[in-house]
This record gives sequence, C-alpha cells and structure tokens, in this order.
Amino acid sequence: MLGIIGKKIGMSQVFEQNGTMVPVTVVEAGPCQVVQVKTPKKDGYSAVQLGFEKKPEKRINKPMLGHFKATSTEPYRFLSEIKDFEGDNSKPGDMITVDLFKIGDTVKVSGVTKGKGFQGVVKRYNFKGGPKSHGQSDRHRAPGSIGASAYPSRVIKGMKMAGRMGGDNKTVRGLSIVKIDTENNLLYIKGAVPGTRNSIVTIRRQER
Amino acid sequence: MDKLAAAAADQIKTGIPEFKAGDTVAIEYKIIEGSRERTQRFQGVVIARSGGGINETFTVRKISNGIGVERIFPLHSPKISSIERISVGKVRRAKLYYLRSLKGKAAKIKEKR
Repeated sequence: MLGIIGKKIGMSQVFEQNGTMVPVTVVEAGPCQVVQVKTPKKDGYSAVQLGFEKKPEKRINKPMLGHFKATSTEPYRFLSEIKDFEGDNSKPGDMITVDLFKIGDTVKVSGVTKGKGFQGVVKRYNFKGGPKSHGQSDRHRAPGSIGASAYPSRVIKGMKMAGRMGGDNKTVRGLSIVKIDTENNLLYIKGAVPGTRNSIVTIRRQER
Repeated sequence: MDKLAAAAADQIKTGIPEFKAGDTVAIEYKIIEGSRERTQRFQGVVIARSGGGINETFTVRKISNGIGVERIFPLHSPKISSIERISVGKVRRAKLYYLRSLKGKAAKIKEKR
C-alpha cells in the first residue's frame, strides 16, 4: 500500500474540462522522508515510518533525537506508519512526494474528526427522535426504550446513548484524486476528509 | 486561507466585466449535447452575488412567459463563454430577493444614469 502524510488546507472546487464542478479537499501532502523501515524479520510486520514537517533539533527530546539519529534522518514533527509499503526496497532517508499518486487513483484518508462535544442520540447516532406532534411533549429528541424490565434488569453494554462525539480517528474510503500540484505538494481529493483545517491526515491508496 | 486561495488561483477567470445586484446581464452559456456544442443566452436581472474566490456564484432572474425563472451561475465556470452587462440598475440592497414577491411594474428596477 502506498501512502503519504499531509496537512488539510480546506475545501474548494475544481472545474473539469467539460465544465462540471467537483468539490475537492486540498491537502498539502509531503514531502515525507522514510525514517524507519520495519521488516517481518525484525519487527514482526512490514511497514515504513514516514516523517512529515521538519522540527528544529533543539525542540526535540533526546530519546526521539536518538531515533532519528539511528537512521541519520532529520527530526520531524509528525510520524506515521504505512503498512506493507509498495516497493519494499525503500530505505531510510528516501523522500516521498505527491508523485506517488496519479490522477484518478482511489484513496482512503484517515484523520481525527472535529470534536462536537456532548451530543444527544439524534445527532450522534442518527436516531429518529420522537413524534413532533399528536400530544407529544419532551419526546422530540429522546432515545426511546433502552431495554426490557425485570429481565435482564440492566442496560446491555454498548447501548447507544448521548455522550462525547467527534475527535476520534476516522477513515473515509473511496475518495479519488482529481488534481495534483507537484510544485506546491498539493493533492486535490474529491469529497470531504476528516478533521479541521491544518489537521494531519494520512492518505493511502486503496487497492481495488 | 491564503494557501487555499492560491490552490484555486489558476482557475480564476480574468476579464469578467464588473457587475452587481440590480444590473441586467446577458450570459452566453455553453451547452454540450453529445458531440455538438451550442450556446444559450440567458438575460435577466442579477439579484445576488454570493461566495468569494473560486466559489463565487451569481443569481439571475427573468420573467419567462409570465413565470419567474432564476438561474445560479458559478462565476468562474468554463461553461460561461461571455457575460454582457446591458444596463446598470439603481438599487439600495445587495440581495434583491424582494423582487420575487413583486409583479409587473413594481418589479422593474430603475436604471442608473
């Protein structure tokens, strides 16, 4: 699987040749450096660790500095692993840029979603809520029954209820690459991507 | 937001004539039917401009056979081959949604001279 780390810039639109408007998310992806290569022999699985956005050496703690020194790469602010990176012959120090992708590639994008705070079940789990009329009161956004009575005399684990929403890792699959700007390291991905502006996302090519 | 504006900068059209809400404009809009291409003219009053940068759109309203018709055009769409400003209207608002509830002479916009 191919992948790269990027920073979400925001949403915009692109006009295709025939005039169709395509909603896109602009992501500043890479250049990333391979910081470590994990092998099945040594680590039990195959992956590459990518570093994104350089960090000054004095801003970094000693254990992390040692990690970068081990492969004589520069210190990076963000590290992320991509499993089973294609072309297993990548070495530490290799640079990965947006050239990795072609226009029309299907990708999946992972990131941390926007925090929504404490939300009810209607917003959080798309519950229907109660009837809006016919003598109803206080039932408009209620969850309804949460279980039976004497048996089991408890609420089963994992019941969908109100609570904190957002701020968790999400992957959106089946997005496609509309445009690539190699000069400014920009990827234009059709559709929405998790996270706020300036949040870190990983873009991986989706096989099949 | 700078980077986002720069990312769409190459698609921003230049040479779009200046026009605002209240103006009467005629738009030549390309229509592709299979392999054939023709242009369609849409003339009416601009009742709103909204959005900014590449996302900017404008709404044109006209009365066709007694029925009000509104079309929203993306300002930078490559399908728009030309925008012609026919007259400049004298209005005091940026959005002329009140025209929707007016008929006949009341819906007419005075020309600026």
